Amino acid sequence: MIEIKNLQAKVEDKDILKGLNLNIGPGEVHAIMGPNGAGKSTLGNVLAGRPNYEVTGGSATLNGKNILDLDPEERAREGLFLAFQYPVEIPGVSNLEFLKASVDSVREQQGKKALDSVQFLKLAREKCKAVNLDASFLKRGVNEGFSGGEKKRNELMQMMMLEPTLCILDETDSGLDIDALQVVAEGVNAMRDENRSFIVVTHYQRLLDYIVPDFVHVLANGKIVKSGGKELALELEEKGYGWLENENGAA
Amino acid sequence: MATNAEIEQQIAGNEYKAGFISDIESETLAAGLTEDTVRFISAKKGEPEWMTEWRLKAFRQWLEMETPEWAHVNFPKIDYQEISYYSAPKSMEDGPQSLDEVDPELLAVYDKLGIPLHEQMALAGIAVDAVFDSVSVATTFRDKLEEAGVIFMPISEAVHKHPELIKKYIGSVVPVRDNYFAALNCAVFSDGSFVYIPKGVRCPMELSTYFRINEAKTGQFERTLIIADEGSHVSYLEGCTAPMRDENQLHAAVVELVALDDAEIKYSTVQNWYPGDKEGKGGIYNFVTKRAIAHTNAKVSWTQVETGSAVTWKYPSCILKGDNSIGEFYSVALTNNFQQADTGTKMIHLGKNTKSTIISKGISAGKSSNAYRGLVRMNPGAEGARNYTQCDSLLLGDKCAAHTFPYIESKHPTAVIEHEATTSTVSDDQLFLCQQRGIDTEKAVSMIVNGFCKEVFKELPMEFAVEAGKLLEISLEGSVG
Repeated sequence: MIEIKNLQAKVEDKDILKGLNLNIGPGEVHAIMGPNGAGKSTLGNVLAGRPNYEVTGGSATLNGKNILDLDPEERAREGLFLAFQYPVEIPGVSNLEFLKASVDSVREQQGKKALDSVQFLKLAREKCKAVNLDASFLKRGVNEGFSGGEKKRNELMQMMMLEPTLCILDETDSGLDIDALQVVAEGVNAMRDENRSFIVVTHYQRLLDYIVPDFVHVLANGKIVKSGGKELALELEEKGYGWLENENGAA
Repeated sequence: MATNAEIEQQIAGNEYKAGFISDIESETLAAGLTEDTVRFISAKKGEPEWMTEWRLKAFRQWLEMETPEWAHVNFPKIDYQEISYYSAPKSMEDGPQSLDEVDPELLAVYDKLGIPLHEQMALAGIAVDAVFDSVSVATTFRDKLEEAGVIFMPISEAVHKHPELIKKYIGSVVPVRDNYFAALNCAVFSDGSFVYIPKGVRCPMELSTYFRINEAKTGQFERTLIIADEGSHVSYLEGCTAPMRDENQLHAAVVELVALDDAEIKYSTVQNWYPGDKEGKGGIYNFVTKRAIAHTNAKVSWTQVETGSAVTWKYPSCILKGDNSIGEFYSVALTNNFQQADTGTKMIHLGKNTKSTIISKGISAGKSSNAYRGLVRMNPGAEGARNYTQCDSLLLGDKCAAHTFPYIESKHPTAVIEHEATTSTVSDDQLFLCQQRGIDTEKAVSMIVNGFCKEVFKELPMEFAVEAGKLLEISLEGSVG
């Protein structure tokens, strides 16, 4: 599915990723954990092609295609989706209009027929319901005046509409109360299938109680320093990250 | 990766779609402006003595006046002797008696502009008056309007057919001496539209005028007068284009609206005069005076979408004379490359409980400068008057400028005035969100800009709202495929 080799990247002249390796197979859920400033969010942003995140070495191939050469919108059309940690507002552009433009362009790339307005509206309403957002949110500006939890659920709704093959959730749990967290987790779990992979970037083990990962990786100082099964998350919860960094430093 | 820098590149590559020059034989008056020029124009129109005198008086006053320099725009001094003040397509010499007699070349020009007169007659149900250079070439739907008692004709014709209305109202809203460009217009105006809606009549269709400057080195000085008699209602739309030429051309129009008691006038403009090229060469100087007077319980609404012209100087205004009268101003002004716009409105509250609303959206791109200038004045008699102003600027790129010059004068303690203003940019984060969802930068910018203008577009008649959205898209369209 996605193969990341020796990925190096910098932001404003500061090296953040320093040779990251990660392989994710179809249908797998990988959690990325790690201390603040380790490069967790950078990974998602680099893969999605955010401006000002400069790749200085390595490769990332999605379904055999090197995505690092593509424009961000092309990566999105290839099936890469990034759920933002801080979704921005776009005042005046309605959620529905935004979604339609988005879904149209992605479907076109995938050689699928465009949905007509009736089908589209029906689908969008369904997905709203699935993430517990009132359908009136479709008429509002993109994220305009949404609460933190509503923004995150809106991200999830977009993900459901686009049906990506690789979903990157960047600290989707931050700022969510426990009820909202469950809604988001249920939504993600409902989307899990054998052809779709997830990278779940999180600070806390809590989210992984609800979205149970196949693998857990610890990212520290721009590299993956430890990988394991879901039990690794519990160990981290107990011991913190300090022991890993020491272990890594010693090695 | 698309950044703001990239958008800038894209929008710099815009192309003016109405920039063709039509090969039509014209009769054009030699450049220069003297009393003889004024007499010539008046004679050409076969005007009665009183009209000629009115023009000459205006001309003499104009000679004593000075170009206003307070606007936030820069342009070289205009040599008024270098301009031709009259140009008419030659085949119009005897004047067309019906649409069938109009030069097919000329009609083809309008087709190219997307204003097929025939089609409009058949389908849209919109009555169109088209002003080409200096003369009005076709007024459609006249019969149907006549049935309703509506008068819609070139103002040159109205001078002959309805002299009492012209005499009474011309210069009554915008006095001859109002300003330099208005005085010039009074002296040399060539044609324009005249509308009269009788008492209690709701005009059965949208009225519309398309203006086009074709001849080189000519100025266009059209004059529009709309009178809505008591309790009547009319919606009017004007559109404007001009060919691409290297030299600047002058457009100094005057529009006067009279809304008598309980009447309502809605006046919409889609202005797309040639803005000059990417280096700022050429383009129209658009110096326009538009003003309305609203009597008791009357309502006047100005909606404008301004995307063209090299320099715009324009303040559609309302004098809220009657009690309970309402004035509205909805504006989208987009400037790109080296365009300069200084535009806004004046709301003069004279009557009791008068209300005004101003919604202004300025979009600056390239190296352009975009200024909102607005006056809200509550006179001593304006008891209980209210104004709400919202003035938003959107900047695309970091080489453009937006300015806001609000003037607020309140001479009545019960008057309420609200003013809100914002300035924003399209952020890299917003663009990235769009891109991450598969939407390319060009489409994203267009969506965001259209979203920014939504409040104004919804005031336009439906089919023109779509056109306005497209026009913005074209004005910002990039060369990136």
